[in-house]
Amino acid sequence: MVRFEDVWLKYRNRPGTPGRDVLRGISFEIPDGGFRWLTGPSGAGKTSLLKLIYLAEHPARGLIDILGTRAANISRREAALLRRRIGVVYQDFRLLPQLSAYDNVALPMRLAHRGEAQIAADVTEILRWVGLEDKLHARPDELSGGAQQRIAIARAVVARPKLLVADEPTGNLDDEQAQRLMLLITALNRLGTTVIVATHNMALVERYPAPKLRIEAGKMVQHG
Amino acid sequence: MAKRDDLGLREALADRLLPMLVAAMSFLAALGLAGTLASASLAASWQNQASGTLTIQVPQPNDPDISGKSTRLAVVQAALGSTPGVTNPQVMSEADENALLTPWLGENATQLGLQMPAVISASWAGPGAPDALSGALNKIAPGTLVDAGAIWAARVAALTGSLQTCAAAVLVIVALVAAAVVAVAARAGLAQRRDTIAIVHGLGALDGDIADRFASRATLLVVMGAIIGTIAALPVLAWLSALAAPFAGPNGNNALFSLPLPLWLSLPILPLGAAGIGWVTAQITVRRWLRGLP
Repeated sequence: MVRFEDVWLKYRNRPGTPGRDVLRGISFEIPDGGFRWLTGPSGAGKTSLLKLIYLAEHPARGLIDILGTRAANISRREAALLRRRIGVVYQDFRLLPQLSAYDNVALPMRLAHRGEAQIAADVTEILRWVGLEDKLHARPDELSGGAQQRIAIARAVVARPKLLVADEPTGNLDDEQAQRLMLLITALNRLGTTVIVATHNMALVERYPAPKLRIEAGKMVQHG
Repeated sequence: MAKRDDLGLREALADRLLPMLVAAMSFLAALGLAGTLASASLAASWQNQASGTLTIQVPQPNDPDISGKSTRLAVVQAALGSTPGVTNPQVMSEADENALLTPWLGENATQLGLQMPAVISASWAGPGAPDALSGALNKIAPGTLVDAGAIWAARVAALTGSLQTCAAAVLVIVALVAAAVVAVAARAGLAQRRDTIAIVHGLGALDGDIADRFASRATLLVVMGAIIGTIAALPVLAWLSALAAPFAGPNGNNALFSLPLPLWLSLPILPLGAAGIGWVTAQITVRRWLRGLP
């Protein structure tokens, strides 16, 4: 479950300055296994809201519950362990440039101390699913933007997260790859993963109907 | 986190500058360590030699003593013979006294008719300094001087104590500088791998996982540098040992093998100590830096 209750987020240019409210009084709830589109114009606060969900930001006030854990009161260790249960597809991919496609995708499993045999099977399978089974040893700078995005997606889902957060995951994909990605995401969702996808692609939203969270100017204007 | 270079630390913590700086620190530490051990050893040796000797001068040795029944020299000898802790009192022969005075008075100094005191050497094995002995001898032979080596031993102890303190201070300063060097290198590595660490942190890496990776790499480089620096110090220590040989007594012809055993046993401590400094400093530096991440 993901639950926000009157959550405010403020960005400060410098510590001690008043700052600017990016999110204002956000409240919503997504049950376990739910799927939500997150929509809204550019600059509305979609990425900021996702950052709160994957614990990359702390709210100025309000309550956030992620997978049954109250985010405000957890230790750094608990936060790290919670992050391992959240798969994130970043808008800018955030791949490690010095690692191969295989090692980038294997990273979450290695952090979770999974065995190399299991890692090899799962990573190979997920790279085959995203159509990059022949690019195992390629580094990110040797791949196209679309291929890098698919590696980022593979990394987000390889450890079978309980919560999947995707920020414009189809932004660099052609229509066929976008369809393929949505098949993967909906399959994960059917297996019980809670999914939140931020997108501008309204055609995709129409093709895969699901409840929507809509943000405008930092405020939630549609929920469900 | 798996034991592989996922963070790219082989590039971020390069294997040249840090080992070379630590090698220089270890070189200085080896000299400081040798200085500490050498001053301790010399202090013990000199104190043993100095504190165990007594030199007694008896003016007008052949004049009668206070009672008039014997000579002053004879009563002093008798008193020394019966004093607990004083052993082997021996009056310096005329030939020895002559040899002692020749540099100042020329040959046959004792034939010049000067009134020379009798000189008695003895060993002192009593506890502490023989302070009461001078008073006792002056009662029976006024003007008798007692020169106790213990006084010099105390001065030698003070001197060597200050030398040891200086050498220990050098070791402490070298350790602090080494820690600072590791901290700067770790911070440079963190700055260079900032994005990578942020990504790995976001994927759920524990602070300890990341700090362990940095600490392992830093410790490896520090130990390499410490071994290089310690080995480089050996020829210099051998040379210094050869220079100090006349003060430390006879030893072998090969200066390297004549280095004292405690030094040989202590030198491996330098890489071990450097490893400890490298590990702890890197852990503290990285964990503090990670506190800046959410």
